[in-house]
Amino acid sequence: MTVQQADRAAGPGRGTGALIPRMTEICGPDGVLSDPMQLATYECDGLTAHRCSPGLVVLPTTAEQVAAIVTACATAKVPFVARGSGTGLSGGALPRADGVLIVTSKMRRIIAIDPASRRAIVEPGVTNLAVSKAAEPYGLFYAPDPSSQVVCSVGGNVAENSGGAHCLKHGFTVHHVTGLQIVTPHGELTWLGDGTGAAPGYDLVGAFTGSEGTLGIVTKIVVKLTRIPEAVTTLLAAFATMGAGGAAVSAIIGSGVLPAAIEMMDALAIEAAEAAVNCRYPEGAGAVLIVELDGPAGDVARETAAVRALCEREGAYEIRAAHDAAERAAIWTGRKSAFAAVGRISPAYIVQDGVVPRTALGEVLDRIAELSAASGIRVANVFHAGDGNLHPLVLFDDAKPGAEAAAEEVSGAILDLCIAHGGSITGEHGVGADKSKYMPKMFGPGDLDTMQLLRCAFDPAGLCNPGKIFPTPRLCGEVPGVRREPHPLVASGQLEQF
Amino acid sequence: MSGASRTPSSRPGSWSSFESRHAPPRGQPVTAGPAASALAKACPQVSEAGPGDAVAGVMPRFVARPGDVAEAAAVMRAAAAGGLATVARGAGTRLGWGGPPARCDLVIDTTRLDRVLEHAAGDLVVRVQAGTGMEQLAARLAEAGQRLALDPPADGAGPGTVGGVLACGVAGPLRLRYGTPRDLAIGITVIRADGTVASSGGKVVKNVAGYDLGKLFAGSYGTLGLIVEAAFRLHPLPAATAFVTGEAADPDAAQAAIAAAAGSPLAPSAAEIDRPSRRDPARVGVLLEGDPDGVAERAERMAGVLGGAAAVSPDPPPWWGGGPAAAPDGTVIRIAFWAGDLAAVLRAVDAAAAEAGLDPAVGGSAAAGVLHAAAGADADPAGVARFVAGLRAALGRLPAADGPPSRASAMVLHAPAKVRSGVDLWGPVPSLGLMRAVKDQFDPEHRMAPGRFAGGI
Repeated sequence: MTVQQADRAAGPGRGTGALIPRMTEICGPDGVLSDPMQLATYECDGLTAHRCSPGLVVLPTTAEQVAAIVTACATAKVPFVARGSGTGLSGGALPRADGVLIVTSKMRRIIAIDPASRRAIVEPGVTNLAVSKAAEPYGLFYAPDPSSQVVCSVGGNVAENSGGAHCLKHGFTVHHVTGLQIVTPHGELTWLGDGTGAAPGYDLVGAFTGSEGTLGIVTKIVVKLTRIPEAVTTLLAAFATMGAGGAAVSAIIGSGVLPAAIEMMDALAIEAAEAAVNCRYPEGAGAVLIVELDGPAGDVARETAAVRALCEREGAYEIRAAHDAAERAAIWTGRKSAFAAVGRISPAYIVQDGVVPRTALGEVLDRIAELSAASGIRVANVFHAGDGNLHPLVLFDDAKPGAEAAAEEVSGAILDLCIAHGGSITGEHGVGADKSKYMPKMFGPGDLDTMQLLRCAFDPAGLCNPGKIFPTPRLCGEVPGVRREPHPLVASGQLEQF
Repeated sequence: MSGASRTPSSRPGSWSSFESRHAPPRGQPVTAGPAASALAKACPQVSEAGPGDAVAGVMPRFVARPGDVAEAAAVMRAAAAGGLATVARGAGTRLGWGGPPARCDLVIDTTRLDRVLEHAAGDLVVRVQAGTGMEQLAARLAEAGQRLALDPPADGAGPGTVGGVLACGVAGPLRLRYGTPRDLAIGITVIRADGTVASSGGKVVKNVAGYDLGKLFAGSYGTLGLIVEAAFRLHPLPAATAFVTGEAADPDAAQAAIAAAAGSPLAPSAAEIDRPSRRDPARVGVLLEGDPDGVAERAERMAGVLGGAAAVSPDPPPWWGGGPAAAPDGTVIRIAFWAGDLAAVLRAVDAAAAEAGLDPAVGGSAAAGVLHAAAGADADPAGVARFVAGLRAALGRLPAADGPPSRASAMVLHAPAKVRSGVDLWGPVPSLGLMRAVKDQFDPEHRMAPGRFAGGI
């Protein structure tokens, strides 16, 4: 069955209504939502530009319930979409009107913290920060820290391969996940990996992580825990221009120091943050740089001195250092509030997420400024400078006819710049529903076709979060009959194989 | 490595050394047959295979040495048209790993694909062709004070090619801090069984656009397609290193020492053990890297953490990065486990070995949950089989709490033919059904290294 056929078979709202009795059996009456008012609260994730009321919402509490739900959907050929906390920024959890939305937020047990193995086993609805809180008594934490970590779920992090400010040093979700219990799109409950990070066979844990909910639904996660660093220092450096700030970033990386995070904001982003949270960044800054160093105390002290010297050399006119949690929070307030703060200086805005090689940052920022000047559309820049991950905020007035389309155009042109410089159309927000149209600009037909072979292996019917990532679904077709030769020992009954 | 100039059989430890002891003459030019002429048309460097080209004892008919990606794709298309079973070969370092291929018509030798395509030093990224030697790449990166932080175990013949390291998913002591090839690869270009050239990822470290085929191909033993290029994240070469070494009398002491090192705030890059025999104490070694002052300071503190007679040296102990993982012949078994089970795993090895009448060397990245056990080439094949079975049974009994049903594995990386035929090399593999489905999609005719992988894939 092809994706297109699945779409036709289901049709808006038709298949989902018939599923209500079965879903109620599985999840109980409290676990099934079908009232249009209730459904409407799930019509979008963190990207509100894309909206669609789901046909049905279910709220399972166990992995077995998820398996039963998916089995019912697969049997009825009804598409299904998984959703965690709904904080995603690419419409990855955008529901289907003809489908079931499976919300994992009630699955929030921390099953085990294993300090000796530095592992935790959690359910998908557990929030990112809750893992670190549970690990803290053992001197451990969960390293990936997306900005939304207070509310975002680990299941969603797995789907999106979430990063965060500190992934420059500590890596992304995929570097910290060693085992996944999933429900396959056929409804089968199975484990990928064994928690070691070195299970025999294909690395399906790695392939699944970041697949944006298109290969199945995660029901348990084994994550690595990391030793809490002995020392953390946060520096805030103010520069007159973005160019000077960018030069400081290159100098730091070039010196061999690997900070936990290097963040940068431009004048417009600083202005917005000041208006929103009164973060008291140095006056007149054309750019501020936040550099966080963590590790053994002696190393952090030396690296802090080195980074300070490099910033001064590149023209920083004010440098502040935070040595405790409160001072650190004061520095981070402006950065962490930046997205929301832009709401203070503009009625509406688009958050873009693109990546360029770090060495191309200066040139790309200049080109973004040119785009902004030429179009008259303001662009505020907030970004993870250490790894070249830009978050331009494209400002517009949604009351003005045509303004949104013009902003979209600038936003898209920024992605073109990223691609032209050998970068990526998304560093951490995912492709989802929002960026599938840009995928053919970054990847050729052979690339996209090959990626979708993986999709076909997991979800030949195309029912699991259809319409995301890929602009054109691949028809999976039938795999030609394949002759399989068992191991001679298996054939002779001397050995069992799994 | 300098494998481009050598045939695989010229070094010990490859399969061919078990089955043909002499370096072969270069293969004869291909002259006859439709498959042969299609291959010759695709790539000027196609020859008939010689004895040194055998893959785990199976003789191919042809060897192709493509000089660029287009040629490699043409070879793959010709192989598809002719229905040829195909095995990829870099330096041949790990050609004896996995099962013998069920069929092998064509070996694609990647050693002419040996160019560093782009080293963006300021971005700490390199793009490289798959046949590039790891040592050649390391030398190039060192000029800019950088490295690919992979130190795969190597016997005398060196660590092999980038493509081979990626395809086998091998890593050494540095895996504790930097992970394995799948963690450092940020982009990959492969040629599918049908000849389609496909890339995923890119050359920026942070990138979540599309599926990450690099994860799938890392450790896939050439069963999904031919890896032709990869991009990697790099790290600065450390200005200073220190090795803090000690001894642990028994498995519990080894676990305590490793847990203390890994749980310390001293940011170790590696924490290894090595035990040549059951009668020996385990040697414990911890690697610290960074600027000279920091390393000196941390080494002193780490010596305190390990306690007893811990010693500090800027140079690795003689066993570092070697040990059982680098044993060129005999049977080498990779054991993966949760680090907190280290003592239980060592006891499981000892019990299974005693029962089988063996005394394998054991060692590896204990803090990262990966050990290797090696039995000599002269070990009794039935004894090795009993050891593997007994070890798996004991690992299967480790308490699994409410997590994955199994939390440890033992896979045979390589073994003499007489051992290999009597053991299940892979053992139990989670979600094998999904792996078969992946294989069926990427290689529906099962022509890529058929039979070499888990479950006969």
